[in-house]
Amino acid sequence: MRPDNDALMLLNRLPGVRPAHSSGRRLRRISLLFIAIALACIFLADLALYPTDPWRELGRIGWGFITPYWADSSTLFSALGQTVAFALLALIISVPLGLMLAVFYHWRPVRMLAAAVRSVHEIFWGLLFMQLYGLSATTGLLAILIPYTGVFAKVFAEMFDRQAPEPALAVSPFSSRISRHAYTLIPQSLGEMRSYCRYRFECALRSSAILGFIGLPTLGFHLETAFKQGQYSEAAALLWVFFILIASIRFWLRGWLLPVYAALALWLLPQSPPLGSSYAWQFISQDIWPRALQQGDLSAAATWYWREFSQVAWPALLQTLYLTQIALVLTGVIALLCYPLASQAISGRAMRWPGRLLLLMMRSTPEMMIAFILLLLLGPSGLPAVLALALHNGGLIAFLLANHSEQQPQRADDPKGINRYFYLHTPRLYPGFLAFLFYRWEVILRESAMMGILGIATLGFYIDSAFEEIRYDKAFFLIVVAAVLNILIDSLSRRIRRRAGADRAVGLG
Amino acid sequence: MKKTFKFAAAAGLLLSAFSAFADTFVFTAIPDEDESRLQQRFNKVADYLSAQTGAEVKYIPVKSYAAAITAFRNDQVQLAWFGGLSGVQARKLVAGSEAIAQGYEDQFFKTYFIANKSAGLSAEEKLSAALKGKTFTFGSKGSTSGRLMPEFYLREQFNAAPEDIFSRVGFSGDHSRTIAQVQSGAYQVGAVNYTVWDNELAAGNIDPEKIQVIWTTPTYPDYQWTIRGDVDARFGKGFKEKMRKALLEMNDKDLLASFPRESFVPASNDDYAPIENTARAIGLLED
Repeated sequence: MRPDNDALMLLNRLPGVRPAHSSGRRLRRISLLFIAIALACIFLADLALYPTDPWRELGRIGWGFITPYWADSSTLFSALGQTVAFALLALIISVPLGLMLAVFYHWRPVRMLAAAVRSVHEIFWGLLFMQLYGLSATTGLLAILIPYTGVFAKVFAEMFDRQAPEPALAVSPFSSRISRHAYTLIPQSLGEMRSYCRYRFECALRSSAILGFIGLPTLGFHLETAFKQGQYSEAAALLWVFFILIASIRFWLRGWLLPVYAALALWLLPQSPPLGSSYAWQFISQDIWPRALQQGDLSAAATWYWREFSQVAWPALLQTLYLTQIALVLTGVIALLCYPLASQAISGRAMRWPGRLLLLMMRSTPEMMIAFILLLLLGPSGLPAVLALALHNGGLIAFLLANHSEQQPQRADDPKGINRYFYLHTPRLYPGFLAFLFYRWEVILRESAMMGILGIATLGFYIDSAFEEIRYDKAFFLIVVAAVLNILIDSLSRRIRRRAGADRAVGLG
Repeated sequence: MKKTFKFAAAAGLLLSAFSAFADTFVFTAIPDEDESRLQQRFNKVADYLSAQTGAEVKYIPVKSYAAAITAFRNDQVQLAWFGGLSGVQARKLVAGSEAIAQGYEDQFFKTYFIANKSAGLSAEEKLSAALKGKTFTFGSKGSTSGRLMPEFYLREQFNAAPEDIFSRVGFSGDHSRTIAQVQSGAYQVGAVNYTVWDNELAAGNIDPEKIQVIWTTPTYPDYQWTIRGDVDARFGKGFKEKMRKALLEMNDKDLLASFPRESFVPASNDDYAPIENTARAIGLLED
């Protein structure tokens, strides 16, 4: 750490001392810039409204939601157990791996590795590993733990950056990087790391459930089937079970129980038939490369790549970006509107639990299902996709904001209710809110790629199509394009967060 | 250190989990409707096949045709109930694999084009030019009845790609969803497997005031059982024949209802040449 930086960080922590220009103005400028970009994207994106007559189907969905039903409890419990098992084991492995990478995060190749592995959506990792390891526990674990390792590396490294530098100065200058981290930065960040892991566990449960959509035996497996076949009571039963699972994490996730849970999770992992003749090597050496390249015809390969890029990837990439930018701003609006509902400090005790339940439902319902319901209402276009992404991510950020709002120090003469919301909590939380939003930016980008059912040609639509059509060369190329886009957005968001000074505000992503 | 130990333990456990399946004959199937409680229903089929062939038979569920093809190629499953197109794709990837039986209904399968009444379309002898500019949804991307054949007939009739015929083309992912989306008007027109439509109609899930069939494709071969070529070497000489016989002689209505088919009849790879040619014609298969 350079001394001038250290001095600046110390200065920023002193009450009453502020950098020369107002942070409020800077935050406003960034917010307005993003709103302007989103408005411009509205004209470019594939948005349309179609008249529909959805009430019969929506009625069935609504009725199903309040009449959850599941015939045999053994499938339900095994799916539930496996959802938790995948999430838990993936975290147990990815946390230490991420921590290791975080210690060496100053090293560019490590940063690039971490950025690369987290730039691919769990579902796409799952589809890739399924080619190598078949339908198996290995596939499920790797699909979660690989991107999560990248996320942990980044978030832990940023936590270390935020720690007070004084303890590190007290350590001998000859000590290694590892011992400097082990004796100062890691203990300093421990509390924050623990609460981040807790939050990430909830995300891992969601990832684990969603991997059921591609065939792992988690809750998502049955949820997708029931929902797509119109068995809404069954779908609702699974969804309610998932809500309860998420809501109850804090009652059963205890540090000292982890070894017990881990052993249980290992025992619960699904058995799967062995791969008779693994064609993993063939997949890596041949299937993911266009035939021209395999034959050594470089100019034909270049033509192939250029055609796929100019005709498929580029238009899809633009469409994905437009939808992402609109969804990002809408996410922010929804988060700011919803967080007071779940904050006892603003809405009072009576509103707190209904508000918390609403946010829980918003963030725990898979976007695909929200998108389907909105598709029935609004017709096929980017509109249901944008709204589904905004509702899901808005619910998530609102939940984090509500937690922070409740932790704010209170004084007897503080304004109450709506005034507290407008004049006290929102301004105080705003830098943190922007930080959350920029963290979610790349997540929204990844998820907007998953909305193929809406007939909108995003990158994910073409990746999914390529897998379905057994064109792994095309799938691999498009995944790389999507990953590069993600890495660019990631580094841009890092820069903007730095600029906005939102970095120091909160440490959750 | 502790973590590495855990990882090693996990890996060890995974390996031992695999061994539970050693020398087990495994099959998979995705029915074209009602995928609920697949495991229980198909475990009964596995028991039947086991009793008939003397081998230990297990069923594993998969989510998509692509996943079924991957499992078949990896030899995780040795037998699969494929759709017409996925069967062709799978046999192309696994040399020596063979279609050994098809459903009675699959000899003359067909696709219905369905439309919401508000689209103002009526049932006709051929795909009408009035379809142009409407919104349209296929079923799943790898489906024969929900994607391949309807796309083929659209291209044949209009000499254009679906994206150029319709104002919007979606993939509902499932026949029941295609019906729900067209019925709600989210999409104006859709293509759906005829058996799913007939069954949903009989079950009262379709409102004839809102939605109707506007065109039926000519018939084509669809679902079939495809088996890997190396099963005789692995499970004993004549195993493939035993399996074929067991499938053809399956007459328990309860078992057949899982597919759902009336019975199974003999099939061969050549029966699916029309599907293969169609897939080539619309660019879903190369060389």
